[in-house]
This record gives sequence, structure tokens and C-alpha cells, in this order.
Amino acid sequence: MLLIPCPNCGERDEREFHYGGNAIRYPELGETKAVWHGVLQQRECAETIREFWYHQSGCECWFEISRNLTTHEFES
Amino acid sequence: MKYSAFSLLKNAISGHRHWPNIAADIEPKSGYDIVIIGAGGHGLATAHYLAKNHGISDVLVIDSGWIGGGNTGRNTTIVRSDYLLNASFQLKDFALRLWKELSQELNFNLMYSPRGYIDLAHSDGELEHFLTRANAMRLGGANAEILSRRQLAERVPGLDLSDETRFPICGALYQPEGGVVRHDAVAWGFARSASSAGIDILQNCPVTGLNSKDNRITSVSTARGDIECNQVLISAANASSKLAGMADIKLPMDPINVQAFVSEPVKPILDTVINYNAGLAYLSQTDKGELVLGGATDGYASLARRGSFSSIEDTLARAIQMFPFISHLRLMRHWSGTADIPMDGNAIVGRSPIDNLLLNCGWGYAGFKATPAVGWSMAELLATSKTPRLLQPFALDRFESGALIDDAGIGPYPWLH
Repeated sequence: MLLIPCPNCGERDEREFHYGGNAIRYPELGETKAVWHGVLQQRECAETIREFWYHQSGCECWFEISRNLTTHEFES
Repeated sequence: MKYSAFSLLKNAISGHRHWPNIAADIEPKSGYDIVIIGAGGHGLATAHYLAKNHGISDVLVIDSGWIGGGNTGRNTTIVRSDYLLNASFQLKDFALRLWKELSQELNFNLMYSPRGYIDLAHSDGELEHFLTRANAMRLGGANAEILSRRQLAERVPGLDLSDETRFPICGALYQPEGGVVRHDAVAWGFARSASSAGIDILQNCPVTGLNSKDNRITSVSTARGDIECNQVLISAANASSKLAGMADIKLPMDPINVQAFVSEPVKPILDTVINYNAGLAYLSQTDKGELVLGGATDGYASLARRGSFSSIEDTLARAIQMFPFISHLRLMRHWSGTADIPMDGNAIVGRSPIDNLLLNCGWGYAGFKATPAVGWSMAELLATSKTPRLLQPFALDRFESGALIDDAGIGPYPWLH
């Protein structure tokens, strides 16, 4: 069970959130197929990732946060 | 040693103290023709078919843990081939045909039980989709039927078919050949067969590096020294990302947690495998009487191999919608596995950008049922260097070219597949 630190509401139960996946920065529209493929689909194999969460049943705010995938510890 | 009634009797008399070790600890050689990283069902099946179909036994299967200790032993043992897209269907249907003969072939009881797989529909639209799927399956040569509510009431007497439930059931897709296979026996059966053909299996020995020269892997660094090789296969489920990273390959997949549970044993209530589709909960009953339950993923990236309670509650709530009596039962055991789910939810099997490095990963939570077909086809690829027709759609380069195989039609969101 995750307790996710929402920047507005503090630590809340994971059931209130919608997951947004890796915090991707989109490249320029004109970038090559290889660049878009790299950003959208290829993943670093990292212990801690930067990701998006949406506080759906709370303040309805999207935010970005880092999480360790093994310990589930958050770092803003 | 061949298992038989005679060998059972002989070992019973000596108190079962003298059964030979299935895969005794070995001292690895300095080099092998083929090194397979990952001693799960897929890696061991590949080893078995390399020996059986191609006469190749200069093979090492290496694993950081023990035989079948990963996702092979962390699923709900269901086998089926009820897929709409042809690539998915063909591979899993081939596997289903192989499951039928495997216990005899391996001389190891895999307890394949073709008790039927029932996929419940909760709306007319869903039932129409199932009809399309059933037709596609029949065109591919498999059996598939649509069950009406009346037929469902006869086939699964305990099922709640009333209109009072949150998502009333209006019919089902039924695959009679679907069923369950004892998952750990699959790993042991393949391991025993490969080992008796002279293939080395090295457990508890992590791979620490892949050494390459001129776009070829020359040796594999392990906790027990470097091992030279002509070809390498990464067949390590979620650890495949890390291993491929050692060869500077980034894979398009996320690690997602999936959970399963077992209830206390009860008298026979369910003689089939049944899946609740309004949110996913799949259920079967073991020979001991326990109910085995699984559901959707936890819905976010995780390497923890432990899941969240909300996902357990969701799965159980759906199971209770099907069989209200389940609310009286207690859960006995629970386990989690890290599913390696690619951007289109389908596996990555075949060549990599490195000439002699092959990949078999990204099976997510759909890998167990495909085990023998993948082993068979991957052995053919390793032995002949030609990608078999069944594997061609699963190439890694499909993510860049856009030829995705998205069974669920979800898009590049692995946690939703």
C-alpha cells in the first residue's frame, strides 16, 4: 500500500490516485522517429524513477515525484 | 532414471532416500556454444527442445536464483489460447497442443487438466466481441463456444447469474481445451529432461556482465567466473531489462506487480477456470480444494514483489460477485511477481541489435501458457539462425516501426495492460 505525498493534500492512500507513468518530456514535433521511440518507449532500468501521479479523488492536481521501485520511498 | 510405477515402488521400499537429484550442482565449463540466462519455464523449455529437436547439448542455463523461482512459480497456472490477434493466438494455441503431450514426453506429471476456460461477458457489446474472438479462434483451428446464461447455469452451478449484481453476466466465451498445468512441475520437468541430455544448469549464480567485441557477445561474466559463448539468450522476465542494459540495449517495458492468492480448501465447487471481466478476477480450484485467485496488475511500476491491499480487495470483490460464498473463506497464501510488460502488452522474442544476443522477455502476466511453444521456437532460432514464422511478429524492432501487437487496444501504458 502506497502513501503518496500530494503537494497539496499531504500523504494520502494510493486508492485516491491515478497513475501517469514515467515523467516523459516530449521532444520537438519534428524530431526523428528514433528520438520519439527513445523518449516514449525505451526505458532506463533504474531503481528510482521520476513519475506522474494525478490526485483524482482529492485536489485533482497532476504532480511529478521520484519513487524507489523496491522500497516505494518517495523523494520530491 | 525413468519414472514409473516400478521406480516408485523401489524408492518407496528404501524410504524415498535415493531419488536422484533432478539438476545436481555443477562446476561450469570455461565455455559453451549457447548460454541461456534464466532458468524459468521458458529458458529450460528452450534447453529441452535444443537437445530434443536439434541434438544440441553444449548449453548452459544460468540463473541468479533457483529453478522456477521467478514468474514460473508466481502465476495462477492457467493455460488457454482465446486471443483475437493472430500472432498471439497462433503461438498460444501451438503451446496448448504441446501441453497435451508434454507429461508423456518429459516422463514427468505436469498435471495438465483441460477443464475448460470460461470468460464472462457483462454486456451485449462484450458478448459480440467474444463472438468475433470465438470465430477467429475457430478459423485458426481451435475450439471455441459461446455459452448462454442457461448453459452457464448448467456448466457452473455456483455462479451468481442474477440481475441484482453490479455487473450482471449475460454470457461467456468458452474454450474447452483451456485449463491448468502445475507450474513448478513444468520447470522441474524441463530441467530434468535438459539435464539428462547433458545440458548444464547453474543455479544461484548471477550474471554480472556481458562482454562484447565487434557487436558480438564473447563471454558472460558471472559470480563464478567468465564463461565464453557463441550465442546468448536472455530469458529472464523482468531481469531482462537489467541484463540487456549490460549490452547497452534499452527495452521498451515497465516492471509491474501482479498478485495471486489461495483460499483455504473447501469441497469441490468449481471444475473449470472462470474469469470475471468487469475488472478482472480469475478463479480455479486445485485438487486439494483451495481456490486460486488472481486479478489485474497493481497499476504502477514496482520491483518490490509485494503488492498493495487495494488490488487484493478489488480482486476479491469481483470474485464474490461471481460466487457469493467466497466471502466466508479465508486466504491461506498470497504471492506477487514482477511482470515485465512492454508498451503494447505483448512479448519481445527474437533478435536484438547485438548479432549473437537473442531476447525472450516482456511476457508480462501471459508467459506461462506460452512456455512450450516459446521453448520450441526459440530452440529453432538458436539452432538454425532463422526466425520461425510464429516468432516473427514479436520482434523488438516493431516498437520503432509501429507494427504493434496490442491485444487489448490500450496503447503505450504498460501498467494498464
